[in-house]
Amino acid sequence: MSDPGQGADPEKERRKIKSVQKMKEIMTNYYIEAKGAADTGKKVAWITSGGPVEPLIAMDVIPVYPENHGAMIGASKMGVELCEKAEEMGYPRELCSYARSDIGCSITGGGPIGGLPEPDFLICCNNICGTVMKWYEVASRYYDVPLFILDTPFTHREFPPAAKQYVIDQIYEYIEFLERQCGRKMDYDRMQEVGRLSVEGLRLWQAVLDSGAHKPAPMTAFDAFFHLALIVTLRGTQEAVDYYRQLRDEMQERIEQGIGMVPNEKYRLLWDNLPVWYRTKWLSEKFAAHDACLVGDTYTSAWSGVLPYIDENNFLESMSVAYSQVYINVSLDIMIDTLRRMIDKYDVDGLVMHSNRSCKPYSLGQYDLQRMVMEELKIPTLVLEADMVDERSFSESQIETRIDAFMEILKS
Amino acid sequence: MITAGIDVGSITAKAAVLDAANIVGTKIISTGYDAKKAGRSVLDQLLETLDMAAQDIQALVATGYGRNTVDFADKTITEITCHGAGAHFLNPDIRFIIDVGGQDSKVIRINEAGKVMDFAMNDKCAAGTGRFLEVMARALEADLDQFGDIFLKAENPAKISSVCTVFAESEVISLIAKGESRENIIAGIHESVAARISALAKRVGVAEPVMMTGGVAKNIGAVKALEDKLETSIRVSEFAQVNGAIGAALLAERLNR
Repeated sequence: MSDPGQGADPEKERRKIKSVQKMKEIMTNYYIEAKGAADTGKKVAWITSGGPVEPLIAMDVIPVYPENHGAMIGASKMGVELCEKAEEMGYPRELCSYARSDIGCSITGGGPIGGLPEPDFLICCNNICGTVMKWYEVASRYYDVPLFILDTPFTHREFPPAAKQYVIDQIYEYIEFLERQCGRKMDYDRMQEVGRLSVEGLRLWQAVLDSGAHKPAPMTAFDAFFHLALIVTLRGTQEAVDYYRQLRDEMQERIEQGIGMVPNEKYRLLWDNLPVWYRTKWLSEKFAAHDACLVGDTYTSAWSGVLPYIDENNFLESMSVAYSQVYINVSLDIMIDTLRRMIDKYDVDGLVMHSNRSCKPYSLGQYDLQRMVMEELKIPTLVLEADMVDERSFSESQIETRIDAFMEILKS
Repeated sequence: MITAGIDVGSITAKAAVLDAANIVGTKIISTGYDAKKAGRSVLDQLLETLDMAAQDIQALVATGYGRNTVDFADKTITEITCHGAGAHFLNPDIRFIIDVGGQDSKVIRINEAGKVMDFAMNDKCAAGTGRFLEVMARALEADLDQFGDIFLKAENPAKISSVCTVFAESEVISLIAKGESRENIIAGIHESVAARISALAKRVGVAEPVMMTGGVAKNIGAVKALEDKLETSIRVSEFAQVNGAIGAALLAERLNR
């Protein structure tokens, strides 16, 4: 795992990803800047994880991600307490735990960083789920700030011209909204440059993820969960480009030196859905104890997964179409195509699916995907029922038995 | 070669001793609060009745939710693999196992060699498990051993719609208050368990012939309700409850090969 441990076992030290420190530094500075925005006069916008952040960067607005914050809450094991706060207010336990823990944080000012900086306005893109629309409406009322909703139609097989025009029109409305909020015009040259940096960052991130195809894999999906933060929060900045170049180079070096993340990598697995944030270390050790390495995952691949749709020379318009095609805004037919490609690329022996109680669009259809993968690709699959932030939905002995039994199948 | 298997479940701990793939003896005791102690104790008790000593056991595998507490085992293997091996040993034709124990229910599809092809387990919830039946038997002041026989006498099973054990219990209580017959309520409870398990079974894909294992397999009502729901006949061996321990003992034999 990426956590710097105690002691100095040279083998362990060698396996550690060195860029982790830089990543922590960047994220710390990012949150310090965001939290200090009131003093610097910069605007803060809250934005959903799959939303088009590039126009915000071009307008010099600090994007803040309640979902990234939710992941931090989960990883800090503070989710239950904050979810319970939202439940006390009347939000049901069926509601997404990112939404619940974040709402809990808005009210208490608690959590790992003492709450997020208050937003000046909100940008909500529903390409990741329908929950975000209501969640952001609640935030809009609570903070009394304007909300822009970007509606991205679901793709069954094709994305028809009318749908394309619909999302393209909204991108220009989005920019007008930003111009009104910021009191100045968009600089389209700057926008083009941010678009270029975004594409470059996405390509580098994809190159980092692709390194998992090497045997042994220089990093695991658990590392990808950690290093993902910048492609979400700072996509379109030079900083993200520089960081991912450094990380890609480090992966390249590890490959050249034959350094694998799991000491005796024998079984290669693909992960589906969001991480179980409060159990990444436990799960990573559990799989490693079976000599199993999670070499890839559908979740961290979702951002760069839309690269084929982006035209650098027409970034704004192509981006709006691309963002409509993210992994969970598409049909099972398209998802199975993606899974098929990834299973092939990473040459995996099995698929592990996290049936995530919080994330309905991601988890709905997983049993159908499982059946397709098993029947068509003859790959064993495992479904683990849990939740990304709410630890009350995690049963250790049940999960342990399932993983052990799954590995027994792979080993037999 | 003499081998042993210990299956520490949530309600009972089971042990089996095999000699060159012949069942020498089996034993079932209550797990109690100390799973570690139960694992040791069930083997000691079995060895005593067989007039054997711990040194006579050449290899030992532990299974069940308490498998990791059996610190004297040569290896731990999950119940899923053990039930597959045990069922295949008891009847090599079996392709599908429904194991319903105290706190979980599992469905396991195996191939002609007894290898596990796929499995599913209930979510972390007592619905469709032995514990569910236990709670219901208590609410109805019925003897769990008679539960299945009472089911067979029912004329018109009551409908229990809740899947949650706690809500189902209050549903049962309100049925009692409405004057519904005990037989019909008990039949409804069995049908509710069968519905839950058959959904799990269909998820994995039922392959015939089917065997039921685990403590609940002793309940003829549960078996019958499942047979109706899955529209297939279900084999139940006299060793149903110790099937996991037998499978563990069989796999222990393979350790030294």
